[in-house]
Amino acid sequence: MAAIDANDIIVLSDVTKTFGTFQALKGINAGIREGEFFSLLGPSGCGKTTLLRMIAGFDEPTTGTIDINGKPMAGISANKRPTNMVFQSYAIFPHLSVAENVGYGLKTQKMPKKEIATEVDKALDMVDLHGLGDRGAHELSGGQRQRVALARALVMRPKVILLDEPLSALDKKLRDQMQVELRSLQQTLGITFILVTHDQEEALIMSDRIAVMFEGEIAQLASPEELYRRPRTKRVASFIGVMNFLDAKLGSQDETTLTINIDALGPVQVPIDIAPAGLNPATIDAVGIRPEMLTVLGDGNDNAEHKVEGEVTGTAYYGDMTYYTVQLPGSGEPVTISMRNTAGRSVLPAGSKVMVRWGAESVVLFE
Amino acid sequence: MSSLSKYLSGKWLTVYAVVYMLFLYAPVFLLPMFAFNDATIISFPLQGFTTKWFDVLWETQALHGAVRNSATVAISTAVISTILGACAARASARYRFPGKRPVMGFIMLPLVLPEIIVAVSLLVLLMQLGMSLSLWTVVAGHVLICTPFSIAILSSAFQGLDNSLEEASFDLGESRWGTFRRVILPLVMPGVVSSLLICFTISLDEFIIAFFLTGTDVTLPVYIWSQLRFPTKLPSVMALGTILLALSVVLLILAEWFRRRAAKKQGIEASAGGFM
Ligand SMILES: Nc1ncnc2c1ncn2[C@@H]1O[C@H](COP(=O)(O)OP(=O)(O)OP(=O)(O)O)[C@@H](O)[C@H]1O
Ligand SMILES: [Mg+2]
Repeated sequence: MAAIDANDIIVLSDVTKTFGTFQALKGINAGIREGEFFSLLGPSGCGKTTLLRMIAGFDEPTTGTIDINGKPMAGISANKRPTNMVFQSYAIFPHLSVAENVGYGLKTQKMPKKEIATEVDKALDMVDLHGLGDRGAHELSGGQRQRVALARALVMRPKVILLDEPLSALDKKLRDQMQVELRSLQQTLGITFILVTHDQEEALIMSDRIAVMFEGEIAQLASPEELYRRPRTKRVASFIGVMNFLDAKLGSQDETTLTINIDALGPVQVPIDIAPAGLNPATIDAVGIRPEMLTVLGDGNDNAEHKVEGEVTGTAYYGDMTYYTVQLPGSGEPVTISMRNTAGRSVLPAGSKVMVRWGAESVVLFE
Repeated sequence: MSSLSKYLSGKWLTVYAVVYMLFLYAPVFLLPMFAFNDATIISFPLQGFTTKWFDVLWETQALHGAVRNSATVAISTAVISTILGACAARASARYRFPGKRPVMGFIMLPLVLPEIIVAVSLLVLLMQLGMSLSLWTVVAGHVLICTPFSIAILSSAFQGLDNSLEEASFDLGESRWGTFRRVILPLVMPGVVSSLLICFTISLDEFIIAFFLTGTDVTLPVYIWSQLRFPTKLPSVMALGTILLALSVVLLILAEWFRRRAAKKQGIEASAGGFM
């Protein structure tokens, strides 16, 4: 459970949502900090959209409370909340021009026409759509529609902007570009962004913090780096990037260190504080090591502290990287090792006998 | 051999199509033909061109009353049917409720019921209720048969309406009513106009229900029927029929044009739904 701070702009307490007999959300607790880029990441159907829609006010939680800016939101409908949404389908009003779309919300506030025009121009500048105000909604590309949807939310100067898979309809190149743009826009404006995505790479690139969700529950809420380096469960570990799992048992433990016997690699001593809070060392049954934390040594003349012999069973060449599948001693699954193709490093063919080097600090413990 | 049979079947198809079209539309063309024919007797050969039968129409007072009655009935029917149709189309596009299919089926039923049955049963019902017949009972009957058309037209308009547009409007601070006025209404407007025009046309042309349910005020088709008993009036009835025909065609074309525009506005394939 995430610690909830008094400064959090959004506080979710024990939020559940039930559709008929199906429980889509099973008790969400989280605090979202003012000005951060927060992502809800999870596979399809885990309840991300459901949660976002309840923050926006399109739906009410079955039980639990949502506070925004210190105020409980129960009974407050979407048009009265300090949030604005960027829809997955963009929901651009087809009968209005770009400028009318962007100015839509200001018009509801009865702002004078002239001021609306200035605000709209400013917002269009922000999203790089300068001068396109007179275009019809149908005369826009996918990327432009996305920007209009964003400008329409930004112009309202909300406390929080909610984005439901805003980039999923764009092609890869445009998506990469928009990820960077969205992130820098968010940092310039200092508005809290909540992004829903099922793309782990997108979440890692853009977010200050990420809540990984599975089946209506938050499995881990942490910064991208912590999520990647210290995933709490095997499921989180394999959802975010690639992780090699190796069977392991606790050997012994004292105040500061744990000795773990890894079947394929032998015993290793790790500082006790890398174990996630709440983990009982006696229940450890596996360790994880990321592919880039393992190194293939051509001839084993390196005097590394931890190394083990293995055999290359497969090679995948990616240009800048090579991915090796290596069988370590014992009967376990082969591990994946990624190597940067730096100058003078040749690609090893399958069947090569190699030494694999690894570091104790890169081991992640799982129960 | 096979190409010959293909040729023959192709040829027969053409013949069939031509005969079918003649059968369907020849009587319709007779109407304007005799309306401009300079003779009191409706028979070939044609005698010469005249517009005097149209002048006769101008001078017939009873006809003017019938036109007014028909206009009242048709406009009321169009408005009421379209409002009812809009509510039903919206409910069916937007909400899931138990028994939705049978309910929608029953609403659409008058579309295929023989009008004479609708007319007679309505008459019996009104008699049982002790209501006196008037133009308003005709309106009631016409609403019953027009609403299904209205639902069919408006369903395609409402179904094409992306739910997230409403949510976006709401999210931007607009009220429910404001969202209806600024987003929903403009997007379904062409469908509404199309429905109004179609219902107006159906009501204007409808005879059986109007005949059974009207009191002393008659609508235009009922008036025309009453005039058919007088052979001398036949040419002017033809003239009147010609005007009605032209009006109906124009209204139907307009209605279809509006419906297609609605579909296009929402980026839907225009050929889906509708009647033409
Ligand atoms: N209105 C509803 N009625 C019934 N079930 C619903 C409803 N809305 C969502 N669900 C169910 O709740 C679960 C979570 O849905 P949600 O849309 O939040 O998923 P998601 O995480 O956003 O997935 P995706 O990545 O596919 O968008 C799904 O199993 C879905 O079928
Ligand atoms: Mg979703």
